[in-house]
Amino acid sequence: MSTVDELIRIENLTVHYETDDAVVHALNDISLSMKKGETLGLVGETGAGKTTLARSILRLIPSPPGIIKSGRIFFEGKDMLTLSEAQMRSIRGNSISMIFQDPMTSLNPVMSVGDQIMEVVEAHNKALGKEEMEKQALSMLEMVGIPASRSHEYPHQFSGGMKQRVIIAIALACNPILLIADEPTTALDVTIQAQVLDMITALKNRLNTAMLLITHDLGVVAQNCDRVAIMYAGQIIELGTLSDIFKRPTHPYTKGLLGSIPSLNKEVKRLSPIKGMMPDPTDLPPGCKFAPRCQYASEVCKQDVPPSYQVSTTHQVRCILAREEVHNG
Amino acid sequence: MKTADAKKQRTLSAETWRRFKKNKLALSGMIVLLALVLIALSTIVIDLVTDNAIYNNKVIKQNLRLRLQGPSKDHIFGLDEFGRDIFMRMIWAVRYSLFMGTIAIALSTIVGVILGSIAGYYGKVTDNIIMRFMDVLLAIPSMLLATAIVAALGTSLTNVLIAIAISYVPTFARTVRASVLTIKDQEFIEAARAIGASDLRIIFKYILPNSMAPLIVQATLGVAGAILSIAGLSFLGLGIQPPTPEWGSMLSSARSYIREGWHITVIPGLGIMITILALNVMGDGLRDALDPRLKN
Repeated sequence: MSTVDELIRIENLTVHYETDDAVVHALNDISLSMKKGETLGLVGETGAGKTTLARSILRLIPSPPGIIKSGRIFFEGKDMLTLSEAQMRSIRGNSISMIFQDPMTSLNPVMSVGDQIMEVVEAHNKALGKEEMEKQALSMLEMVGIPASRSHEYPHQFSGGMKQRVIIAIALACNPILLIADEPTTALDVTIQAQVLDMITALKNRLNTAMLLITHDLGVVAQNCDRVAIMYAGQIIELGTLSDIFKRPTHPYTKGLLGSIPSLNKEVKRLSPIKGMMPDPTDLPPGCKFAPRCQYASEVCKQDVPPSYQVSTTHQVRCILAREEVHNG
Repeated sequence: MKTADAKKQRTLSAETWRRFKKNKLALSGMIVLLALVLIALSTIVIDLVTDNAIYNNKVIKQNLRLRLQGPSKDHIFGLDEFGRDIFMRMIWAVRYSLFMGTIAIALSTIVGVILGSIAGYYGKVTDNIIMRFMDVLLAIPSMLLATAIVAALGTSLTNVLIAIAISYVPTFARTVRASVLTIKDQEFIEAARAIGASDLRIIFKYILPNSMAPLIVQATLGVAGAILSIAGLSFLGLGIQPPTPEWGSMLSSARSYIREGWHITVIPGLGIMITILALNVMGDGLRDALDPRLKN
């Protein structure tokens, strides 16, 4: 599996949130890998474990109650889960950085935005002089389209879209190799969404950064990603290239997701949502997690967790229906 | 464009000062405090230059024939129960009342901030150990605690300072811990962690600046309380020893003569009141000026 240009590989990652009342099975046996410079879209409903996965990579799961039960995360060949806290700190914000969901609350309200960008630079390039750092912070601001003269202003003086730009500037200030964007546009209105996404993509391409884009908007995925991973109840149920997922969706859940998007071409009276609710993560069904909502589910589905089938070299599906496809195709 | 440039040049302290200036009440509070500091410093210099001559002849010299005399042309604040000039005593007392209160609170703020932020940030066992110890201190009335500490350590200026500082630590630790707890779960703290900031950096650059408001109010009120505590200790004979003038002890000892001469109680009382008022309005203004969200 391991290739030269592989950037990060997650193997059988399982994360639980253990409280006195119940154990939340947030991630169940996740395996995933990303190449340098590629954009992977991570799609799933609320509560599917997308954010937990992103935080596990940076080892920022709130603990307690979060525990990484098993699995390994290799970043540039190093096993991240064995690193010390100090080593992790030198990775965070430097090689891997993260854009948070809500720009309104992700900035320190009492520090000017210029200082906040300088914070990252300062944390990772201690040798740099103050002037150098300031210059770099200003150039980052300019890069995300904010005039450098506004660097002395405070977060409350910026609009939501501008704040998200500042956050992007912070995330990219140290030229990370991997950028984790956790629903970067959910809190913004649609016109700003497009701007911000275009900017992230442009900057990412310029700096040759890989990106893990977490979203529940399939439109965003279609525009920005090379590959897509669909998550459901803490598992990756389908993983493939953009055309694998959008042209040949195999898992009933993926089909359902695509089916619930309104189409521009066809006259549709009613959307067809997926019936039912996501299972309670403290009490997951024993077999396929999607079986209770799946119209194709058989008895086997309810008993055994389906393995991941390799439908093609790029396309993996965790559903026994895919087995037939492997046989047929 | 010119205004934008001017704005850019302004540093954080200049910006704070600009906002502080707008609050005239706070500004007058600061002027009063500066005047008091100036008075205190000049008395110290006078004592050094004159080799305590004025102190010995005017401040602590008794004149029992003139005791309890009301304000007059020679003695504008009148004379106290031992016939000492109250005006001179008030002026010579500034250094003890103001400086000791301020230093004691500065000490307890530093200790309280460190303990409170460690307890709030790390939580769990650390929090329990620190805060239960603070609870023990809080359970003892602060006056009693200070008395006990001075009694144990012996009476001296430093020991009074230490005693008062210790008895105020728990309130500061509690205040800081409470604001740390509300701030540490906010998203920007997590964002700070995601850029690789260490715990120390997060506490000092992200959490503490955001919890300044209650702390400043607490500290200015604390100075007022500390001045009164010093007075109380002096009254019990554990603080500043007579005949050294100190507003609190002047007030305490004047209490029994309130029927014979009202001025000897009122004047030190007014002194304490004005100082505390000045501290409070300045603290209020400072809190507003330091918060960039309340700009303009």
